[in-house]
Amino acid sequence: MIAGVQSTDRIPVLPIEEYQRRQRRADSTCAQLWDALDAVKDPEIPVISIWELGVLQDIALYEGLVLVTITPTYSGCPAMEVIAEDIVSALKQLGYSNVEIATRLAPAWSTSWIMDEAQEALREYGIAPPGQGSGGDLVEVCCPQCASSNVHSISEFGSTACKALYKCDDCSEPFDRFKPI
Amino acid sequence: MSKAMIKQYAVRLGDDALVQGHRLSQWCSKGPFLEEDLALTNVSLDFIGRARMFYSYAAQLEGGDVTEDWYAYQRDCRDFTNLLIHELPTGDFAFTMARQYLMDEFGLAFMQCLESSSDETLAAIAAKAVKESRYHLRRSREWMLRLGDGTEESHNRLQTAVDDLWDYTAELFELDELEQGLANDGIAVDTIALKSNWGMAVGALLGEAAIDIPQTDRAICGGRQGMHTEHLGHMLSDLQFMQRAYPGQEW
Repeated sequence: MIAGVQSTDRIPVLPIEEYQRRQRRADSTCAQLWDALDAVKDPEIPVISIWELGVLQDIALYEGLVLVTITPTYSGCPAMEVIAEDIVSALKQLGYSNVEIATRLAPAWSTSWIMDEAQEALREYGIAPPGQGSGGDLVEVCCPQCASSNVHSISEFGSTACKALYKCDDCSEPFDRFKPI
Repeated sequence: MSKAMIKQYAVRLGDDALVQGHRLSQWCSKGPFLEEDLALTNVSLDFIGRARMFYSYAAQLEGGDVTEDWYAYQRDCRDFTNLLIHELPTGDFAFTMARQYLMDEFGLAFMQCLESSSDETLAAIAAKAVKESRYHLRRSREWMLRLGDGTEESHNRLQTAVDDLWDYTAELFELDELEQGLANDGIAVDTIALKSNWGMAVGALLGEAAIDIPQTDRAICGGRQGMHTEHLGHMLSDLQFMQRAYPGQEW
């Protein structure tokens, strides 16, 4: 059983690269480092970790050097710099002072890598999750406050690169929606 | 193909992205309303991020002390090889959106081709860009329709913008020796092959927006050779000011 893959009513159809990512963690010989980085959250969305977000790709330990591989979400996302700093400081606390961060561009990050638990955490935090669609698919958007699907888009772009602005026509709350890409 | 040629190509694409991103960033705090201000700067950020990836790759191919910042801050006008359409000043909102639309329509098709480049890094950057470009295009298309089919004022402004921009679009479909060579090797995008689809898509959208397609056979070119309009120098004097005044300055 791979961490994060749930055998619920829906057959888990994971993108192959996401399956491989979870496999890397499951097969890793430095599980304690992966666990430590569960504490590193997205600075813009502090309820989900970089692992749940799909940004954390791999961790390798070579005689004192820790090589952490991450995949950026959006090309110009300023949070990536903060994430890199947070990784370094989290590992420093474990006594690893020699940390290198490598950025892997391919395959390109997709919101379909965001784990189910994190999608739920997003909703609770007040952000409509992207769902499993990608590439600008028109997936139904529901208000994270009242669950109504009677909503309308205010702007394709919101408070950060990854979000769009919506408003609920039932409870009148404006909300952010994580854009599926 | 030599590394030097791929590097030169990566710098061109980085220049396109940086200049386009910077022009959009100049709308920051001046957008017509808050949501649009956010949208303009978000799109700007996507392009600046793209520029960083292309420049980082160029720096890696160059080797030595060259960094992504060097390409952005230490080169002069004649070293920039962006397409001229990107460097034209922001103009009014109609001008910015018309340029954005023409370039989004081109950019999405371009990046979809570059995604299958035989150069792995270029292909990876393009794969990332494609996802963002879909959103860019969706938004700029909507604005074209809204402005073109809006009030008399918005329609006239959009028509003027399209007229003013049109002569600069020929350059998108020019291939010099470098790009032709790289395209033959499956590395660069053969933009000539994109022209007819671009023309059809733009023609259809302009028709829907009630905008006339300019009838002109002028083609303003030269960006890829470092021959620029008067506007790029002014833009760079702003963009590069800090690094010119305090070389090597870091935050």
